[in-house]
Amino acid sequence: MSLWEYANPVKFLGLSARVQPFLWAAATICVVVGLIWGFFATPDDYRQGSTVKIIYLHVPAALMAINAWFMMLVASLIWLIRRHHVSALAAKAAAPVGITMTLIALVTGAIWGQPMWGTWWAWDPRLTSFLILFLFYLGYIALWEAVEDPDTAADLTSVLCLVGSVFAVLSRYAVKFWNQGLHQGTSVPMATGGRTVSDVFFYPLAISMVGFGLLFLALVLYRTGTEIRLRRARALLARRKREM
Amino acid sequence: MPDLGKYAAEVLGAYGLSLFLIAGLIVLSLRKGRRARAELARIEANKDA
Amino acid sequence: MIALLHRDLMLAFRAGGGFGLGLAFFLIVTVLVPFSVGPQSELLSTIAPGVLWLGALLACLLSLDRLLALDYEDGTLDLLATAPLPLEAALSIKALSHWLTTGLPLVLAAPILGLMLNLEPDGYIWLIASLAFGTPALSVIGTFGAALTVGIKRGGLLMSLLVLPLYVPTLIFGAEAARQGAMGLDGTTPLILLAGITLGTIALMPFASAAVLRMTLR
Repeated sequence: MSLWEYANPVKFLGLSARVQPFLWAAATICVVVGLIWGFFATPDDYRQGSTVKIIYLHVPAALMAINAWFMMLVASLIWLIRRHHVSALAAKAAAPVGITMTLIALVTGAIWGQPMWGTWWAWDPRLTSFLILFLFYLGYIALWEAVEDPDTAADLTSVLCLVGSVFAVLSRYAVKFWNQGLHQGTSVPMATGGRTVSDVFFYPLAISMVGFGLLFLALVLYRTGTEIRLRRARALLARRKREM
Repeated sequence: MPDLGKYAAEVLGAYGLSLFLIAGLIVLSLRKGRRARAELARIEANKDA
Repeated sequence: MIALLHRDLMLAFRAGGGFGLGLAFFLIVTVLVPFSVGPQSELLSTIAPGVLWLGALLACLLSLDRLLALDYEDGTLDLLATAPLPLEAALSIKALSHWLTTGLPLVLAAPILGLMLNLEPDGYIWLIASLAFGTPALSVIGTFGAALTVGIKRGGLLMSLLVLPLYVPTLIFGAEAARQGAMGLDGTTPLILLAGITLGTIALMPFASAAVLRMTLR
């Protein structure tokens, strides 16, 4: 029994139908618990006041914005190498979720920045990188919409995703070089080894991050199912037209 | 309701907007999914027609 | 290869203004800037390097449309794809001819336009160097964008959306080198990074361009 069996659309739909109820439930619970805990039960930061509560949305959304692109990159590679249609469709299904997460990260960041940094927007490296990521998502989605033939569209968007990833990383370093930032360092402890956020804030934040991750998974599974059905409907119609 | 102090508008605005965006994404996904399901069912149903 | 380069260059020179168009666009953008921000010479000399870089970038983008679209319509690309010459090489030549007809004239025209924008005297050499190092990357990346959208009807706007984010690193390092030079600083570091990006894109992007072109032609 190998993982590749789920590249078969029927098997994929079966598994996805079985897993989804649990995923949706777990995602809802985690997001609700994380956000409610964060919103109602954490103290205000003595410098940031109540705006610290925005972190429970901002950090998970930013995390998923990047991970969504990474997932699209992996799915694109699988499509280019092994030609599994499910993989290409999963990448297509993930893009709108990723762009929404990027938008949430940008908007919550701007709302938080207004009272804290005194400006809605600063050309800070992290903010700018996210804006560039947003543009990459836009281009990727627009290319999917523009190409008629579904397989060609999958091919072209996959290459765009690969090339875009390289340039996104390049832009990240270029932007860092271009302007030193206001933004605080990462607040995720795995990345730094030590914690920069105290425990009071960290537990609800962690739950919320897990919740956003599960929500992303559930949404992508659901949307991939939609894309598979649409593709199948299209293929059936095309076949019938040929037979007539 | 916790006391949000002078930043109430910012915090509530951030939560409101984010939840609105997430809800919008879910609603759009569900609607598209339901339509795809219905269309596929319709096409498969008159296979022989 | 030489024949292909010769053909592309002749086409660009003869067939209706493809050659001068980018240059004219660059000129007009530069002339419009003082109208939009005001004629104060200090302000203009501060923003001159950035404006010139942005103008050059947009002029490059403008001429990308014709890079592959005409050859796609009349079937030349199908011939190139089946020719003994690798498609990667053919696309490199196309990028080179695009650079010779768009990038190089921009580099040569930039100092004159710099004069009009009150560029600091120290800045000219840095501006020319950064444009000379950077515009080849714009052509090569642009070729990828053109190859990506060549099969799409009315793909011009989409191509801008796809290509502009890819231009970000080049623009940042190029404009930074020109800006630091104009302030009398040493712009070597961004210039070297810019050259690195250019060399990297020249080496790798033709493979990506050829890959997407084959996908479109298949």
